[in-house]
Amino acid sequence: MSRQPFYQVGKLLRFYIKREYVKLFTWLTGLVVTTVAVALALSGIYQSDQERQMMAETMENPAMKALIGRGFGIDHYTNGAMFSHEMLLMTMIVVAVMSILLVNRLTRQDEESQQLELLLALPIGRLAPSLSAIALLVITNVLLAITTTVSLTLLQIESINFLGSLSYGLALASSGIFFGAVTLLTAQLSNNQRGAMMLSYLVLGMSYIVRAVGDAGDLWLSFLSPLGILQETQAFVNNYFWPQLIILIFSTVIMVFSMRLREKRDLGSGLLADKKGKNKASGFLKTTPGFILSLQKVPLLSWAVAMLLIGLSYGSVLGDLELFLTENEIIQQIIGSANDVSLTEQFIAIILKVMAIISTIPMLMVFHRLKSEEAKGRLDHLLARPISRVRVYSWYVIISLISSIVLLSLGIFSLAGAGVYVLDTSIDFWTLVQANLVYLPAMWVVLSIMAVLYGLIGKLESLAWLYLLFSFMTIYLGDLLEFPDWLMAVSPFYWVPELPVEVFNVWPLITLTVIAGGLITLGSLGFIVRDVGQS
Amino acid sequence: MIIEVTDLKKNFGRVQALKGVNLTVDKGRIVGFIGPNGAGKSTTIRLLLGLLRKDGGKAKIFGLDCYQDAVEIHKRMSYVPGDVNLWPNLTGGEVIDLFIDMQGEDPKSSRKEELIKRFDFDPSRKCRTYSKGNRQKVALIAAFSVESELYILDEPTSGLDPLMEREFQALVKEQKALGKTVLLSSHILSEVEQICDDVAIIRQGEIIESGSIKDLRHLTRTQFIVEAVEDLDFSECQGVYDVVKDHDKWYFQVDHRHIAGVLSYLGNYQVTKLETKEPTLEDLFMRHYEGDAKGGV
Ligand SMILES: Nc1ncnc2c1ncn2[C@@H]1O[C@H](COP(=O)(O)OP(=O)(O)O)[C@@H](O)[C@H]1O
Ligand SMILES: [Mg+2]
Repeated sequence: MSRQPFYQVGKLLRFYIKREYVKLFTWLTGLVVTTVAVALALSGIYQSDQERQMMAETMENPAMKALIGRGFGIDHYTNGAMFSHEMLLMTMIVVAVMSILLVNRLTRQDEESQQLELLLALPIGRLAPSLSAIALLVITNVLLAITTTVSLTLLQIESINFLGSLSYGLALASSGIFFGAVTLLTAQLSNNQRGAMMLSYLVLGMSYIVRAVGDAGDLWLSFLSPLGILQETQAFVNNYFWPQLIILIFSTVIMVFSMRLREKRDLGSGLLADKKGKNKASGFLKTTPGFILSLQKVPLLSWAVAMLLIGLSYGSVLGDLELFLTENEIIQQIIGSANDVSLTEQFIAIILKVMAIISTIPMLMVFHRLKSEEAKGRLDHLLARPISRVRVYSWYVIISLISSIVLLSLGIFSLAGAGVYVLDTSIDFWTLVQANLVYLPAMWVVLSIMAVLYGLIGKLESLAWLYLLFSFMTIYLGDLLEFPDWLMAVSPFYWVPELPVEVFNVWPLITLTVIAGGLITLGSLGFIVRDVGQS
Repeated sequence: MIIEVTDLKKNFGRVQALKGVNLTVDKGRIVGFIGPNGAGKSTTIRLLLGLLRKDGGKAKIFGLDCYQDAVEIHKRMSYVPGDVNLWPNLTGGEVIDLFIDMQGEDPKSSRKEELIKRFDFDPSRKCRTYSKGNRQKVALIAAFSVESELYILDEPTSGLDPLMEREFQALVKEQKALGKTVLLSSHILSEVEQICDDVAIIRQGEIIESGSIKDLRHLTRTQFIVEAVEDLDFSECQGVYDVVKDHDKWYFQVDHRHIAGVLSYLGNYQVTKLETKEPTLEDLFMRHYEGDAKGGV
């Protein structure tokens, strides 16, 4: 052990706050406003017990459980029970992402770009940066818990009481603190920022998937997932606090362990060894697309595996779903009788939309890499050689497009494979595949938003991420909160025919593709004439 | 003794970066730490800063252990790396103040303003807009604004223009006048030669030569340039190397201990012009490469 390992942690924390408070304030505001808005909207729309009970019936099936988590108090579906069923899991994931980004920025990123070397050459304890990062993580999440609790309580919605709000807020905070702690650990394992971040997201993704499979089949598997444990707080129903306690204890153990690892390793190193690279560039690497692909090989392969896993787990849900519906003919009669479409198909439509949203993420990441290459001044190396801007831009677009096709296909093939062949459900394999692939044009529209902003002005391209988040919200909350049609129509996914349910219509797909193509072309024209350079 | 390094070893996987480095730096000396790229300069310095863990040997500053007592040591010293990366959305001025504050001094009462002027630095801009040289100025200004007993500088001028480099050298000399100690690493030998009292030469993870610049020069040869009426013949003369004739000029090198002999020997000829050049550290360096074509890494 070194002496004074935490020296000047207070000053460092103040510095970290100064660096981060704008970002964190934005995150917290967004989170609290969304929480309050959804709570208000839900209680406004579903005013009678009967209406809520009807909703409860539609939620209480394996597909929805896999998607949004297990519900509590289903027999007496109060406003609070409904709100936390709809929102807790998704919000916990968003809080986890915020915390992962925060801790990753303050630890691995600073270490990789050598600012940490400057700091540690000052009289600052070796573990002070880690502890300051954790302190800021905890402060942020505690603030989130407090503001969430207070604002939910102040709404004075029946059944959304103080204790329930507190358990809800603390569950959010615990999720953030846990995944922040995980990120401190991954910062010790990987020797680069992207790798560490990917490992953290891997843990988050696995937590979601394990819980999804567990929740859908009512298995103990959910208790292996921190998200699964935290939803057991049963906010507004039983308001248990042991889940938060368990998760916080685990988080503390992970943090202490991570600091141990930090104390023992060299600055700049990771505990997972780096493979020795090649001496010479392969022929593939020397081509522009080969170069771009090589930069993103690891994330793309990881996403391929992730899509397979997600497909498998949702596929397994199809089996659970059919079983459930045959066992519950009454429910089928209540809801299914409304129209001719089977309940299974309705849920399949939702799951396929979610699959499309998920595979939009890697597609955007591929293109977004172009921006970070430019920002770090590395694009200059390409452009200074006889490689035109159009070529670089086009290849990034093409590789994004290809990865959207490949990754979505991987997901749906494994979903359909697991669902149809392994579990022997009654849905046709190719119907499922087709029903999912029709979302590609909508995904490309999201990409084109990023491409046009990047090409024309070289910034604000991150708005495409917000656009994707918004599209997700329309799918996830749109029907529930009765969004007006014009608002739903802003999302490109709205225009795609929901295949097992609706009939196939090629025109919206053509229109979406043309819009995407037009915006991408416009972006390329902008990219040719604008300033390129480090920022 | 300010810095005391004995038999310091460091491996990165199977790469032996340091194979047993010995280095001492006495109080009030400016020590040049020179070697080619990949020789192990930065690794040695990172070990001194307690950023890396050693695999063997001893590293002490102010008599304290470099790893365990890093905080205590850093309170009394400053460090400037060659590659300075800063937080893109803070201004240079903010970072300088942060560093000075962390050193336990008041950013307002320090020499900061004077140094900002001397280095012709604009502290109001965001770090993302600074060039490499400007980022280096941030680290230099922060380091020299505080009262440190020891300065460890790892190729600190690699991004500075010649004017600024001269400013830097003046600054280092001022520190010496104040009795401060400086360890300055570089692969540019002339830079070290001008301001250093001592040098330590590292190559492939080992110190191959160290001592005062004066002593080291004795190990080297002086360059002679002679114009004479007749042809010169050195076959009888000891300590003369690399004789080259270019028109009526003769170039050759002479071992220090044979200078007197060569001069009296030259008396036999009608010399019309005689020039000598002090050996540069380059020459000194080249001597170690002779017979070893591999060089650095
Ligand atoms: N983090 C590291 N991992 C592996 N090898 C390293 C690492 N840091 C330095 N080295 C190796 O150690 C040797 C010394 O490097 P360094 O101290 O940076 O040299 P210098 O500063 O003298 O140019 C080099 O061979 C370099 O490749
Ligand atoms: Mg170096």
